Amino acid sequence: MLPATLPLLGMPLPGAGAGVADGASGESVLPPAGLALLRWQWHEVEAPYLVAVWILVASLAKIVFHLSRKVTSVVPESCLLILLGLVLGGIVLAVAKKAEYQLEPGTFFLFLLPPIVLDSGYFMPSRLFFDNLGAILTYAVVGTLWNSFTTGAALWGVQQAGLMAPTVQAGLLDFLLFGSLISAVDPVAVLAVFEEVHVNETLFIIVFGESLLNDAVTVVLYKVYNSFVEMGSANVQATDYVKGVASLFVVSLGGAAVGLVFAFLLALTTRFTKRVRIIEPLLVFLLAYAAYLTAEMASLSAILAVTMCGVGCKKYVEANISHKSRTAVKYTMKTLASCAETVIFMLLGISAVDSSKWAWDTGLVLGTLFFILLFRALGVVLQTWVLNQFRLVPLDKIDQVVMSYGGLRGAVAFALVILLDKTKVPAKDYFVATTIVVVFFTVIVQGLTIKPLVKWLKVKRSDHHKPTLNQELHEHTFDHILAAVEDVVGHHGYHYWRDRWEQFDKKYLSQLLMRRSAYRIRDQIWDVYYKLNIRDAISFVDQGGHILSSAGLTLPSMPSRNSTAETSVTNLLRESGSGACLDLQVIDTVRSGRDREDAIMHHLLSGGLYKPRRRYKASCSRHFISEDAQARQDKEVFQQNMKRRLESFKSTKHNVCLSKSKLRLRKAGRKKDGSADKDTPNGKPHRASNLPDTAAVILAVESEEESDSSDTEKEDDEGIVFVARATNEVFQEHKVPGSVEVCPSPRIIPPSPTCAEKELPWKSGQGDLAVYVSSETTKIVPVDMQTGWNQSISSLESLASPPCAQAALRAARPLACAPPRANELRDPLANELRDPLAALVTPSPEPHAGFTFNPSLAKAGRSRSESSADAPEQPELQPLMAPEGRGCPSPGTANARWLIQFNRSGRL
Amino acid sequence: MVLSGLNSLLTFNQYVLNAYYGQDMALLKALEELHRLSREDFQRIPELAINPLGDRIINAFFPEGEDQVNFRGFMRTLAHFRPIEDNEKSKDVNGPEPLNSRSNKLHFAFRLYDLDKDDKISRDELLQVLRMMVGVNISDEQLGSIADRTIQEADQDGDSAISFTEFVKVLEKVDVEQKMSIRFLH
Repeated sequence: MLPATLPLLGMPLPGAGAGVADGASGESVLPPAGLALLRWQWHEVEAPYLVAVWILVASLAKIVFHLSRKVTSVVPESCLLILLGLVLGGIVLAVAKKAEYQLEPGTFFLFLLPPIVLDSGYFMPSRLFFDNLGAILTYAVVGTLWNSFTTGAALWGVQQAGLMAPTVQAGLLDFLLFGSLISAVDPVAVLAVFEEVHVNETLFIIVFGESLLNDAVTVVLYKVYNSFVEMGSANVQATDYVKGVASLFVVSLGGAAVGLVFAFLLALTTRFTKRVRIIEPLLVFLLAYAAYLTAEMASLSAILAVTMCGVGCKKYVEANISHKSRTAVKYTMKTLASCAETVIFMLLGISAVDSSKWAWDTGLVLGTLFFILLFRALGVVLQTWVLNQFRLVPLDKIDQVVMSYGGLRGAVAFALVILLDKTKVPAKDYFVATTIVVVFFTVIVQGLTIKPLVKWLKVKRSDHHKPTLNQELHEHTFDHILAAVEDVVGHHGYHYWRDRWEQFDKKYLSQLLMRRSAYRIRDQIWDVYYKLNIRDAISFVDQGGHILSSAGLTLPSMPSRNSTAETSVTNLLRESGSGACLDLQVIDTVRSGRDREDAIMHHLLSGGLYKPRRRYKASCSRHFISEDAQARQDKEVFQQNMKRRLESFKSTKHNVCLSKSKLRLRKAGRKKDGSADKDTPNGKPHRASNLPDTAAVILAVESEEESDSSDTEKEDDEGIVFVARATNEVFQEHKVPGSVEVCPSPRIIPPSPTCAEKELPWKSGQGDLAVYVSSETTKIVPVDMQTGWNQSISSLESLASPPCAQAALRAARPLACAPPRANELRDPLANELRDPLAALVTPSPEPHAGFTFNPSLAKAGRSRSESSADAPEQPELQPLMAPEGRGCPSPGTANARWLIQFNRSGRL
Repeated sequence: MVLSGLNSLLTFNQYVLNAYYGQDMALLKALEELHRLSREDFQRIPELAINPLGDRIINAFFPEGEDQVNFRGFMRTLAHFRPIEDNEKSKDVNGPEPLNSRSNKLHFAFRLYDLDKDDKISRDELLQVLRMMVGVNISDEQLGSIADRTIQEADQDGDSAISFTEFVKVLEKVDVEQKMSIRFLH
């Protein structure tokens, strides 16, 4: 089993197979010398171990490179990797005295190349690709043909002119063969370099598309010349040339067809994976790989097959598979591609060290370098001139310069040249050396200089902007308009055919290949809308307390003062569908569904459960807490609690009472807490109104809310004293003109002994509790003992009238403690999660003034409290239960319990 | 180039376009007088019938209140979609703005939304277009929220409608010159 799988693991390990065989035979021959405690079985793990180590080394190197931003911003990663490879190769050579671990063509074509091509095909911005398909095909086919012929012929001319050493034994065919492999622009190199140079999307897609599609031409030319060389030029007949031309079509169209067939299969398969979501990502990779291998097997263009497979299946696959699978596919693909790319460049560097394969000829090397640059530039200029006759947006001179200069050669050329048969191509060693030089030159020199060049030429850069609903909608409109106009004119151009295709796709293909549920809701505009909403929600959660409004959307429950955070949406990645994110290697930062689910779970748990007790001393540090989030949370918790309390208020009304003066002090503090909490809902609209001093508005809002809350209180209050309500009103009246906006003042006050008291059981976990208790305390006030009464009254008064300094101080301290604590303890997600949800439910058109805000807020709060219908009991019980469970840590608890009893009887 | 159901309109178009590009003024004049296109001519084009915006685009060809269009009007509408040539970019500073300027291209699209011609896309107007363009499977509610959000995105003056200025602003990053141009007859 193991020996069988080893070759599949694909690392160039000369000794691996033999080593395993040796080990096996050795074991069978030697009699077992007793039970070994420890056995060293290097041979059994050697191959996979080395693969893993190499990848690890490459990854670590990547990490190291990126430690310095300066280096990676100047030097492309591919250069660094090649250089690292050179160093490593040198070390290996010095240690082992022979060059090992080379880039083997088999490994390269079967294992390293497919992930990269699949990644680029799958994440290809398809609209852009097809918009420019004409240009891409021209450059890929005509350009590559031109390059290979001219380069080969020119090199032959150089040789004929006697500028090469006579040891370079090569005829015209050999040079044409060499020209065919050296002329193809390499997708890996182009991707690696261009993704760091953010040129505009059209330019990028043309260069990159060309590098992908020219594979077919390269493969054909290479194979044709190779067989010609092997046959010997004398034996080549006219029919062979015809066959050569025909094979161009067979290989390219065949490759594309294989890709499309597998894309179809893939899409169809994913339609039925509803119950086995877990294998969805696997299917994508397996079928794409199958496409590659099938094409390779039939000696068609494998790169083309995988590219077409990726481009073709994406739409349907993405619609069919689950969100999680989508994320898995994306990340796995990116990881594999990046891994393969890293290994390729590193192995390229290592391979170059092996001088046994080298045979240097200055004339050949310089000639090749010169000609590939020259003919590339010439070809680009000529083709662009022709293309510009037809292009809507002509490619200007600067574009042409970048395109010429961006024709990088890479590992494909190297692998192909290694594959040459030395017996048939005597000059192979020279070609290898030249190829290595060319690859190194293009990747390192051109890779290094292309960025400054692009800057210097002021090439239009790509501007990444998030897709907006408007853009999506209007661009659709444009498409429809153009299609209609082409219809009217009877001009069957690009738009006409695109429109046809879309109709066909909608009518038949999508229906066949998409899950019914996916097909029904499939609409691009809706998609964008959906994505934007998801993004808002996610970013909302991500930013933990930092609120944002995206694209002018005011989420119902967020203070619009924070809408300056609008730009923060830009950080978020977008799904690759709508916008053309040209960095194919960049992993969009769209948060995974997993993250979101976690957030929801977290939110549920923290909303529904009481937090374990905490020591509050530590958490009293109020300096780090953002007041906004805090205020919001306070408010929300308050509202929630109010709702809960409406149901269970009566039964538990009197359960909290505190003992002695110390406790009373705390009670006052609680009251403060409560009032602070109560206050915040009012303070919030104020903030939301985003006006520095809209006292009138605020007052109106508050009175509204106030009456609302007092009404509710009244409902369950019945026989209970109205002090609480009164305090609230007074309180608010006082607070509003003050700086409730951010509630800064109380927090500035240093911690007081009351903080310690907070440790008492009933304050245990949450701000909720604080709110709770406080509102109860207010109600209890009249029936409490005389001191308590005085205490609370004074504290209330102090709240109402700041001049009463002493009382104010006393009252303010607890308040100072409470909000930060609440903030720390409460789950920050609670608010944020609700907000985007509310936004989804009621995306309200205008930025709300404080007033309009409230209904939706209230609604959200209500629905939330309803959803957690089982919760209400819990908090109510907490104060009673806590002391018992707690084991009575504080001296006051016993008294407190007694007092509670007392209170009850007193009340009744 | 020519569909099986070739109708008078298509033939006519070929004539006029050829005449236009051939600078044959006499022929143009004659054609202009000879042929006026009615809505039915347009509606006979099969592809237009399935274009979600087909009717509105047909309407865009007709001058206000008329149900016939002559050659000149026809060409004027088509001229919106002419690509902007490089040499035009520089010279249009003075003189009347050409029909294929960015702003005119945008205005053409804008008018498709703005049915009541108040220079604003209201929520209802947007909703109508959305309904035409989006599949039937999306509920009115969802569509409404899309419309709301779209307006919100674009709305700057808070009137819950998209004015032309706002429309232009929203699309400022879009390559309208390219996306609203067709390369006719080359």
